Amino acid sequence: MTEQTHYNFAYLDEQTKRMIRRAILKGVAIPGYQVPFASREMPMPYGWGTGGVQVSAACLTPEDRFKVIDQGADDTTNAVSIRKFFEKTADVDVTEKTSEATVIQTRHRIPETLLTEDQILVYQVPIPEPLRFLEPRETETRKMHALQEYGLMHVKLYEDIARHGSIATAYAYPVTVEDRYVMDPSPIPKFDNPKLESAALQLFGAGREQRIYAVPPYTKVVSLDFEDYPFDPSKADHPCALCGSEESYLDEVIVNDAGGRMFVCSDTDYCADRQTFGASA
Amino acid sequence: MYVAVKGGERAIDNAHAWLAEERRGDLDVAELSVAQIREQLRLAVNRVMAEGSLYDPDLAALAIKQARGDMIEAVFLIRAYRTTLPRFGASEPIDTGAMTCDRRVSATFKDVPGGQVLGPTFDYTHRLIDFALAAEGDLPETPQATPRAEPTPHVTEFLAREDLIQPEREGADTPRDLTREPLDFPADRPLKLQALSRGDEGFVLSMAYSTQRGYGRNHPFVGELRVGQLPVEMEIPELGFAIDLGEITVTECETVNQFTGSKTEPPQFTRGYGLVFGHSERKAISMALVDRAMRWEELGEDNMGAPAQDEEFVLSHSDNVQATGFLEHIKLPHYVDFQSELELIRKLRAEAQASHQEAAE
Repeated sequence: MTEQTHYNFAYLDEQTKRMIRRAILKGVAIPGYQVPFASREMPMPYGWGTGGVQVSAACLTPEDRFKVIDQGADDTTNAVSIRKFFEKTADVDVTEKTSEATVIQTRHRIPETLLTEDQILVYQVPIPEPLRFLEPRETETRKMHALQEYGLMHVKLYEDIARHGSIATAYAYPVTVEDRYVMDPSPIPKFDNPKLESAALQLFGAGREQRIYAVPPYTKVVSLDFEDYPFDPSKADHPCALCGSEESYLDEVIVNDAGGRMFVCSDTDYCADRQTFGASA
Repeated sequence: MYVAVKGGERAIDNAHAWLAEERRGDLDVAELSVAQIREQLRLAVNRVMAEGSLYDPDLAALAIKQARGDMIEAVFLIRAYRTTLPRFGASEPIDTGAMTCDRRVSATFKDVPGGQVLGPTFDYTHRLIDFALAAEGDLPETPQATPRAEPTPHVTEFLAREDLIQPEREGADTPRDLTREPLDFPADRPLKLQALSRGDEGFVLSMAYSTQRGYGRNHPFVGELRVGQLPVEMEIPELGFAIDLGEITVTECETVNQFTGSKTEPPQFTRGYGLVFGHSERKAISMALVDRAMRWEELGEDNMGAPAQDEEFVLSHSDNVQATGFLEHIKLPHYVDFQSELELIRKLRAEAQASHQEAAE
């Protein structure tokens, strides 16, 4: 295939970007509210980050430094593919350093390194509706949000406790934003939930489902729980086998045929930094 | 010592190179040209144009070649290209009554003005593999006839003269555009028809079939099915009149459905409507049946809870580019989520085992 040389900056035309920016602004004005937007067909499949890509495209400027992670890692295949897409269509600088990036697109993780006011974190969201698996109809769930009718969600969490002794949701753990909307934080592990209260602007894009939502800097984000069953952001009870961190989220890797396993940081940049500069990094 | 897997970038490049090699296949076999696909696999081209929502036979043929014959992948290529195209304006509504028909059949009347024209159809072929096609040979001569000069009237017009079929309501001057606005429920009929027209042929077919088998039955007759060419015109403001942009082939199906009346409507026939790019009969008929099934509320019929009556169900799942993307995304790494599930299962198992032990002691 011959390479096309003339894309508009960041692929989307200016009118589309303006439409997306309007949705983002509305999202920022109503934290946690899912704003419908006319999602475009992107040259990558739905479900592979088209929402995040459109939000990133609407946010990027030529001066930005862009980072993409998937499962916390910069070198996972889809992260590589999205990073290359913006290198080609927006010609922006890219980086693997969390601290150096101005826009970070992520799938399934929040970086371990705390973000700053100068950064935007863009999440790829598969199913933006936290109530979807309790009520499949969009017409119903929109009504439930409008009326702040979240009883069904609390009943679900209660039933988990009654059946299993604890809340059986390990990722995409629902949160309440600014005491109003219940929001799906995308499929991040619940370990990451406390980091949703951040200095950075957090934007969520769901392409196939045509929704954008936002958590502005320093917004109150509370993980749903009960007084006697408080939220528990657990992780594997091990240190990282490579950098020794006891604070980071870990991937479990099977290392030999006998089923031997080890635990390593899922955030590759954080782990590499600690290996290079020592535990103080 | 364990080293995390690196090299995603090289792996992707190599995978693409391998894909290109597989696409070409055995170099001793001549390469397919885009023109060959366009001319000889025309129904495939039609489907890609219909579901890709872009009328361009050459581009659709190229997409089929690039996608190695994977139709949904080809539709996806066309859709992704379509989004980048600038919009100059909207055409005038096409007039299917002015169509030059290649094929036109009615199942409701034995004969109608304009006649029954079978055209190029598989309908009465015996489905026996034609081994002669394996050998390249000359085409036997096709009998020729002079086409009808005057336009072919719609069959439903004859029912309309007696008020036997419900007249369609005037729609908004500019219907909403499914590809430029987020889909919102309840959707109006033009939006539903747009979604069905670009919906996956298999999905729309199955939905239509389910109504025939009793899940929202609506007694359809094929009032008319027509396939042919018609001009697309656009009014240019600077000129003040409409000019021809070109010609397209479409398939149109109007079903005539029995309707015994409801609280709000007198007994009369009602219509299901299907219109699809290219020669795509199965799709047009399916579309008409599903359109009619989704009209239950407007006609004051009972909602039987059938899938085809449920517009939110049908419209949310008819798009194969959306469906395939989301389905196949589960191939992407999910080890972070899986890890958190793993922790949870281990914790729940430990608690369950502890309570079993306690109970045993």
